[in-house]
Amino acid sequence: MRRYLIQRVLAFLPILIGVSLLVFMAIRLIPGDVITATLGTEAGMLTDTQRESLRRYYGLDRPVSEQYVNWITRAVVGDLGISTRHGKPVTELIAERFPVTLQLALMAVTLGLLVGVPLGIIAAVRYNSILDLLVRLLALAGLVMPGFLVGTLIIFVLSTVFGFLPNAGNFARFNENPGLNLQQMIFPAITLGFAFSASIMRMTRSSMLEVLGEDYVRTARSKGLRERQVVTRHALRNALIPVVTLVGVEMGYLLGGTFIIETLFSLPGLGRLLINAISQRDYALVQGATLFIAFTFVLINLVIDLLYAAVDPRISYERNRA
Amino acid sequence: MLKWMRLLLMVAVLMLGLGSALAQDSGNTLIMARAADTTGLDPHTQTAFASLRLLELVYEPLVTLDANLNIVPALAESWTFADDAMTLTMNLRQGVKFHDGSDFTAADVVASFNRILNEETGAAARANYLSIASMDTPDDYTVVFNLSVADVPLLAAMASVNASIVPSEVIESGDFAASAIGTGPFILDEWIPEEVTRLSANAEWWGEGPFVDGIEMRVIPDEASILAALRAGEIDFALLNDPLVATLLNGDSSITLNAVPALAYHVFQLNPSRAPMDNLAVRQAMSCAIDRQEVLDTASLGEGTVTGPLTIPAYQVDTSGFFCYQKDLDRARELMAGVEPFTIKAIVANAEPPTALSEAQSIQAQLAEIGITLEIEPLELSVYVDRWLAGDFDSAIALNGGRPDPYTMYARYWTSAGNLQVVTNYIDETLDSLMAAGRAEPSFENRLEIFTQFQQHLTEVSPWIWLYNGFEYTAHQPYVVGFEPNPTDSLYSFAKVTLER
Repeated sequence: MRRYLIQRVLAFLPILIGVSLLVFMAIRLIPGDVITATLGTEAGMLTDTQRESLRRYYGLDRPVSEQYVNWITRAVVGDLGISTRHGKPVTELIAERFPVTLQLALMAVTLGLLVGVPLGIIAAVRYNSILDLLVRLLALAGLVMPGFLVGTLIIFVLSTVFGFLPNAGNFARFNENPGLNLQQMIFPAITLGFAFSASIMRMTRSSMLEVLGEDYVRTARSKGLRERQVVTRHALRNALIPVVTLVGVEMGYLLGGTFIIETLFSLPGLGRLLINAISQRDYALVQGATLFIAFTFVLINLVIDLLYAAVDPRISYERNRA
Repeated sequence: MLKWMRLLLMVAVLMLGLGSALAQDSGNTLIMARAADTTGLDPHTQTAFASLRLLELVYEPLVTLDANLNIVPALAESWTFADDAMTLTMNLRQGVKFHDGSDFTAADVVASFNRILNEETGAAARANYLSIASMDTPDDYTVVFNLSVADVPLLAAMASVNASIVPSEVIESGDFAASAIGTGPFILDEWIPEEVTRLSANAEWWGEGPFVDGIEMRVIPDEASILAALRAGEIDFALLNDPLVATLLNGDSSITLNAVPALAYHVFQLNPSRAPMDNLAVRQAMSCAIDRQEVLDTASLGEGTVTGPLTIPAYQVDTSGFFCYQKDLDRARELMAGVEPFTIKAIVANAEPPTALSEAQSIQAQLAEIGITLEIEPLELSVYVDRWLAGDFDSAIALNGGRPDPYTMYARYWTSAGNLQVVTNYIDETLDSLMAAGRAEPSFENRLEIFTQFQQHLTEVSPWIWLYNGFEYTAHQPYVVGFEPNPTDSLYSFAKVTLER
C-alpha cells in the first residue's frame, strides 16, 4: 500500500512539471502582455523608455528560461509569486478562492448523488416501466441543457416570480455568514448538480442493470433474501464503482472552477480568478492557479483509486495480495 | 425519519432568515454595482475606465469637468493663462488635507507632475503634459507652469484622474499598490479585487459633502444580473455598458436611467498603408456606401447619434456638411469605377464594446453592395489591442475614448508626431497645421472654426469612417438624489448624492 502510494505520488512530478511548462509557454506565446492588458490602447502612448521601465517592473525583461527557472524553484517551496493585477501572493488568492469552489463542488456533487443514485436504482429495478421512462427523460434533459441556460432560467424565475436574487454581489463566505452563504450557493449548486445528477442517474441505471443480471444476485435472491436487501446490499455496492469514477472526474472538473456559473451567480471562485487572469495576462496567477488545479486533479484521481478498494474488496493495492 | 427531516428543514429556514437579516445593514451607504473591476490603484498609470471610476473618488486633479464639460476648480481655486499661452498659473485651494492628514501644498503638485513626466513611471498620459518645461512655486499655494510651446489644451488635459495630485511623501516611498492617499471626497478602506470595494466619506473634504457615510462598489460580472439586482432593490446604483441591457429599463418608472451622450466614439478604421485603402477614391467610396444611422440602429438599437470626429458638444457641428454623411450608393459606385472588387479583413474585439460584432456585420452587408467583401475577424481583447497597436489590420471596428479638448483627443492620431501614427498610417499637411493652430489658439470662436475645418478635412480624406457616439448609462433607485451624469462617465458627483429612502 505504501509502496503504491509512493509510486503514485512520484508520478505526480512529471505531470506537474509538464503542466507548468506548457502553461508557462502558452501564456507567453499568445499576443499581448500585462502592459497592453492593463493599459489597453493607451499602451500606444508609452515611449520606449516607459515601456522598458514597465517591463522591468513586471520582470518581463528577463529571458524566458530564466523566468521559468526562477518561478519553478520558488513554486517547489510553495511560493507561486505575486499576482500583477491583485498585488497579492498567488497562494493567498488561491486560498481565498478555493474554499468557495470546493464548497460549490461538494454541494453540487452531493446534490447530484442524492438525486441521481436513487433515481438510477429505481429506473433499473423498474426497468422499462413508465417510471424508468420518466427518469430517462429527466436524465436526457439534464444532459442536453447547458449550465448557463439552467442557471439563467433559475435566476430569471427567482427574480421575476419570487423577487429574489441569489446574489447581488455581496457574496458571504460560509464562515462569515452561513445562512446568507447557503442562500447564495444553493442555486448555483443546483445548476451544476442537475447536469451531474443526469450522468449519475444514467450510470447507476446501466451499471445496476448489468449487476442485477449477475450470478451472485441470483444466488442472493435464491437464498430468499428480500428484494430490498438484494438491491441495496448486494447489487448496489458493486454497481457503484463506475459511479465513483464519475464522481472523481466531476470533482476534478468542478474544482478547476466553473467560470460561467461563477459569473452568472457572481461567485468569487477559482474559475473567474483564472479566466480573468488570462485576459489580464497576469502570468504568475495563470501559472499558479493552473498548477494548483492540475495538482488537485491528480490528487482527486489518487483518492478515487483508493476509494475503489473501499467500495469493492476485490480491488487491493497491497503488494502481497493482488 | 420524518421528524428528522422536519428538524433539518427548520434549521435551514432559520439560517436563511438569519442570513437575510444580517444582509440588510446598508443604512446610509450607497451600494453600487458594475461589471468590471478596478485594475490598479496608481492614478497616474491606470487608464482602464473601471479604475478611473474608483480613483476619481479618492484622488483629485487641479481642475475637473462639470456635467457640461466646463473646466471647473478642484484642487486649484483659480488659474490664469498668459496671453501667449506660454505660462499657466494655478492658485491652489488652502486648508486641504490628504487622507493621511498631511497638508496639500504646491510641493505636492510639483512632485506629482514630475512623477508623471518621469519616464520611469510609465504614465501613458505623460504625452499630454510634455509642454511643461518647468514649474515654479512662488509660495506654498501657487504653481506656475512654464511651457515650451503655446499649449491651450493643457488645462483641459489636467482635468483628468491621470493628473491627480498625490502626496510628495508617498511619491518618495513609491508605494501606490498598497494604499490610496488622495484628497478626494471618499477614502478607500478596502479593495477586494473582483468582489467589493469599500469607501468611507472623507469628513475633512474641502467641498460640501459627502452626504452618504460611504460607498460599497460591488462587482457583478453579468450586466443582466446587475439589472436584476437593481430591480430587486438590492443595490442603489449601477453602471451599465451594454445598450441592449440598459434599454430594458426604458419605461420602467421604478428605476431612473441616465443616458448621457458619450465622448467615446464608434469608428470603422481603415488602414491607408495597405492597398487598396491607400487609394483615396476607395476610402471615400466606403464612406459613401455606409449608412451610419443604419449601423447605429442595428447594432445599438438607435441608442446614440451619428457623429463626425468630434464628440465634444461645444465642437459638434451639423454632420450634413461632412463628406458623404448621407449614404450615396451612386457616388460610391462612381468612386469605385475601375477598382476591382476586393476582400479585406476587419478586426473586432470580442464584446468590447458589446455592439462591436453587430457593427461589423452591418458594415459588412453595406459594403457588399459596392463589391467589397469584409471578412470579420473576432479577437480576444488583448490580442485585438496587440494587433491594433501594431497597426496590423486592414480595417478595425473600434470604440475609442474621447477627451474634453479636440487637440488632446486627436493629437495622438492626426499629427505627424502623434504616438499612434503607427495605427492611423495617415497624415497630411492640412491636418498637421490645423492641429498646431488649434493648440496655440486661446479664443474659443477661432478654435471652433479651426476644428470644424479639421473635421471636414478628416471626413473627406476618410482614413477612418466615424460612425456614432452612444450613451454612458447609469441607473439608480429614485431615492438616490443629486447624482449628475457626466459625459466622461465620472462618478465624482457621488460627493453630492443623498439617499432619501
